[in-house]
Amino acid sequence: MKILVAVKRVIDYNVQIRVKEDGTGVVTDNVKMSTNPPDDNAIEEAVKIKESGKATEVIAVTIGEEKAQETVRKALAVGADRGIHVKAEGVIEPLAVSKILQKIADKEKPDLVFMGKQAIDDDCNQTGQMLSALLDWPQATFASKIDVKDGKLEVVREIDEGLETIEINTPAIVTCDLRLNEPRYASLPNIMKAKKKPIEQMSASDLGIDIAPKIQQIKVEEPPKRKAGIKVSSVAELVQKLKNEAKVI
Amino acid sequence: MGRESMEYDVVIIGGGPSGLSAAIKLKQLDPNLNVCLLEKASEIGAHILSGNVFETRALDELLPNWKELNSPIKTKVSKEKFLFLGKTKSLSWPTWLLPKVQQNHNNYIISLANLCRWLAEQAEALGVEIFPGFPASEILYNEDGSVKGVATQDMGIDKEGNKKDSFEPGIELLGKVTVFAEGCRGHLGKQLIEKFNLSKDRDPQQYGIGFKEIWEIEDKNHEEGMVMHTAGWPLDNSTYGGSFMYHAENKQVFLGYVIGLDYKNPHLSPYDEFQRFKTHPAIKKIIEGGKRISYGARALIEGGLQSLPQMFMPGALLVGCDAGTLNMPKIKGSHTAMKSGMIAAETILENIKENKNLSIYEEKFKKSWVYEELHAARNVKPSFSWGLILGIIFTGIDQILFRGKLPFTLKHKHTDHETLRPANEMPKIEYPKYDNVVTFDKTSSVYLTGTNHADNQPVHLKLKDPNLPISYTLEKFDEPAQRYCPAGVYEVQKENDQNKFVINSQNCIHCKTCDIKEPSQNITWVTPEGSGGPKYGNM
Repeated sequence: MKILVAVKRVIDYNVQIRVKEDGTGVVTDNVKMSTNPPDDNAIEEAVKIKESGKATEVIAVTIGEEKAQETVRKALAVGADRGIHVKAEGVIEPLAVSKILQKIADKEKPDLVFMGKQAIDDDCNQTGQMLSALLDWPQATFASKIDVKDGKLEVVREIDEGLETIEINTPAIVTCDLRLNEPRYASLPNIMKAKKKPIEQMSASDLGIDIAPKIQQIKVEEPPKRKAGIKVSSVAELVQKLKNEAKVI
Repeated sequence: MGRESMEYDVVIIGGGPSGLSAAIKLKQLDPNLNVCLLEKASEIGAHILSGNVFETRALDELLPNWKELNSPIKTKVSKEKFLFLGKTKSLSWPTWLLPKVQQNHNNYIISLANLCRWLAEQAEALGVEIFPGFPASEILYNEDGSVKGVATQDMGIDKEGNKKDSFEPGIELLGKVTVFAEGCRGHLGKQLIEKFNLSKDRDPQQYGIGFKEIWEIEDKNHEEGMVMHTAGWPLDNSTYGGSFMYHAENKQVFLGYVIGLDYKNPHLSPYDEFQRFKTHPAIKKIIEGGKRISYGARALIEGGLQSLPQMFMPGALLVGCDAGTLNMPKIKGSHTAMKSGMIAAETILENIKENKNLSIYEEKFKKSWVYEELHAARNVKPSFSWGLILGIIFTGIDQILFRGKLPFTLKHKHTDHETLRPANEMPKIEYPKYDNVVTFDKTSSVYLTGTNHADNQPVHLKLKDPNLPISYTLEKFDEPAQRYCPAGVYEVQKENDQNKFVINSQNCIHCKTCDIKEPSQNITWVTPEGSGGPKYGNM
């Protein structure tokens, strides 16, 4: 069994995001980049399944500029066997990503495609679902537990009402929640070994995919600043303020 | 011990200017050498903080074609100012009357973090193996006592010291020679200086704490290439310090403040002195209307030649500010750090190829321009122990008339942790409230550093005596850690009418000030789990 895992390079989650002055996006110069956190969970789960003997190969794929390769390299350092880097510049929308992944799935014929439930930069939460539609494969989103059974997957999903357990046929798409597992550290010897693992490079146009954005972005701006709170002296004052100022009761 | 080990010709600890220059020079001298470099930050540059006005002398020697290699050295200094600040007034000092070492017209305004990222690219292209996210936490010794290498930190240890599921043991990295390039107050360098008694017959080391903020300012206030320094307000005559403001590219200014850690008043808060400094009309008018985008702080070495330890020992070398090569009157340490790393590389090559003793480092260092510079600079910092005014007069005579060639050497008399006076003997300082326009509280500042440490790991700020902060330091010095820490790591909290010393180690920005200034040397900074700490951008 082959598992294809999609990983994305995003601004590190510890970095305070700054909006560009002209409102065209966020500042990425001089900013630390990392793997999208739930993508780390996706890689970890794939590697675990391989270690349990239920999978034979884990392939990490990323789409993005030259430096996005680091994200694949990191996946290789924690146990993926080989990598694919689809070179593409600029904003790549979920639909274009799904179409690229579809082409790669056609070529690699994986049994499972894993990825994070959403990316922390655009928060779209669409790629897995779109890929499922394009491939016409079943999907399990927001996975917090995955059991590989013969030709089937049992997946526990994190949903608003609690936990939902579903069973789907493979091949399938699974999007992973942060609660799925605790990603391992890349050890120093494994980082060295990862430098020797192959990464196949191609471009979106090699795959015949048009990545031009279909959505026009009008403006990016910072959320309004929260006003400082005040201390009230009594319950009566609180009620009065909730009624008359906040108008919530 | 069950740890894996890997052997290299040279193991370098720290990806700053000295370590990276050593790595590059080694590979230039012999491409067949196996060289690896460890860095505790999540990427090269993420723990680098510096002014920085850069003198290219060392880089010109290391990579003479740096201008063709797309280096991030772009903004040439075009204008210089020096101001003496009073509370509201300022007096401009003509630059031609500044000592030559403080004139900058051939230098560049750079981000040292970006320079290091670029140096790392050059090093990797030459085949140096660079491992960010791996702090060296332990020195390994051979049976004969010589340094054998280092071990990296175990990862995946919980607060109580138990192994988590994700536990990943550290690795032993063994080198024919190990180069320690951790920067000011390196935590292994400190151990080596003690073990090999490297500071024997030297003056005690002197430190400062440096703050830096990056502001994006309005076009009308921005003069790319402009370098401004100030002395005076808000510090009193007896406290050593001053500010810098460098107008870099993209409408940014690098604004900072350095205070000598030999200050005496435990009520002094270096952070608040810096914040208050920004309210001076001469400063405020430049940054007002702009936006603060970065903040950080780091201890720096000020002791100079008198305090410079012996830099070689069996199996290892100490380079850059892990030893203390900063040139204080120049307020520059990057070029001297780089050169010290390059000399280390030459030494190592002769050691490995010709079996020469590492002690040749000292001869090479003494023959180099770094030594000449540090020798000429040696009397400036100690003269300021007489106060700002006498310090300036003496420095004028020493640096302008005699060009550092006076036939005597002033001494540093105290270590920085000995200088605090009891709290009840010193005046309390009332700092103004933060206005959230040019001044900000510590919490919002630390937020800008992107600092994070994986939770559920052991506290990396170790107390020798856990009771001392409350039983002694609080009463005698009003626990100055609350004020000297630039990141709000230390707090004294009341709990059921009992005072409690709290260490918020996840806030730590790895500046090392506590390790230096704690009056009883009760706090030891050790390496946290890899990748922890700040994530500085172009600092």
